[in-house]
Amino acid sequence: MVMKKFKKFFRKIISNFFKNKKDVKLGFYGPPNAGKTSLANRICKDFTGEEIGSVSKVPHETRKVQFKEKVDIEYKGKKMTFKMVDTPGIATKIDYEDFMKYKVKKSDAKKRAKEATQGVVESIKWLEDMDMVVVVLDATKNPYNQVNITILGNLVARKIPVLIVANKVDLKKADIKKIEAAFPDYPVVGISAKYGKNFEDFYNSLFKTSKKAKK
Amino acid sequence: MAKKPKKKKKGLGKIKGFSMRFLPYSEIRDLNSDERIKKILDICLKNNIIILQGRLRPEEESRLIGDTMAMIGHVKDFKGIELAVVSENNKKGFWDKLRERLINTLSKGDLGAVTIIGPATVVKEIKRDPKKIELMLNK
Repeated sequence: MVMKKFKKFFRKIISNFFKNKKDVKLGFYGPPNAGKTSLANRICKDFTGEEIGSVSKVPHETRKVQFKEKVDIEYKGKKMTFKMVDTPGIATKIDYEDFMKYKVKKSDAKKRAKEATQGVVESIKWLEDMDMVVVVLDATKNPYNQVNITILGNLVARKIPVLIVANKVDLKKADIKKIEAAFPDYPVVGISAKYGKNFEDFYNSLFKTSKKAKK
Repeated sequence: MAKKPKKKKKGLGKIKGFSMRFLPYSEIRDLNSDERIKKILDICLKNNIIILQGRLRPEEESRLIGDTMAMIGHVKDFKGIELAVVSENNKKGFWDKLRERLINTLSKGDLGAVTIIGPATVVKEIKRDPKKIELMLNK
């Protein structure tokens, strides 16, 4: 009897040990062209030396969910292992003609639009699998966009911790205060993924938010 | 020579006008999520702008976006939707939140909000800030 209890206790300790070792699934969500892949690329490059995906001025460059396993982020003596999940931008409308404004051929634009719609569906499906999400917003754009509100509403409903990143702060039009005013219940950190600006604050906020992540 | 009968165009065709339809919450209260989304998209596909009393649940909003994406490319000229939820200011105290939750539970929905949904071929953009909302229409 005592032996049985001892075995059970020992097994529990072992399973808890491995459970805590599980990597945190970190999702990058947001509208198209906000800089999700740019941010994910910078983190991956800093800690693994490799990028996660390609970036472009043409919206919907990421049309499939991209992963990077075992990204060990070290910051001020703290270390955490993440599974990075870079998702296609979520939109409520996609028109192939919009891509043609970027000198994309009609046939390619149509293909891109089709893939982009599938990407949005895939992004939404992945939402519930995340342990933690970084919502990347373009700080030069109006944050009162229903896509942003819908993403945040879904994360709150699923009790997934959120960090809002106001990207593109290197641009004159960037307005972090507007984002903070729009989403007062969430931590907001302003960065420039392109130029690596303010990443100390970003990693600090990331570690703080990750404490709330379900494992 | 006999004229060929004109083929009836499938899909939305060229937009000549639009109408607004008010959808009271009572019309969707007893529907499940699938039925709610189907009803909304059916109305949108007829080039109507919907003014919905209340709002969908967050998972229904994301489902609506997902189903909209699935329809693009399958329904002629359908390019998606524009969507905006106008609700009260979020800065509320504990008792206000509790009272709101109680009212929402009793009415089976968030009736303090209004949802505007329109086909992207008709509604170019819904611009909004905390104090105003502007509906920009396509020409």
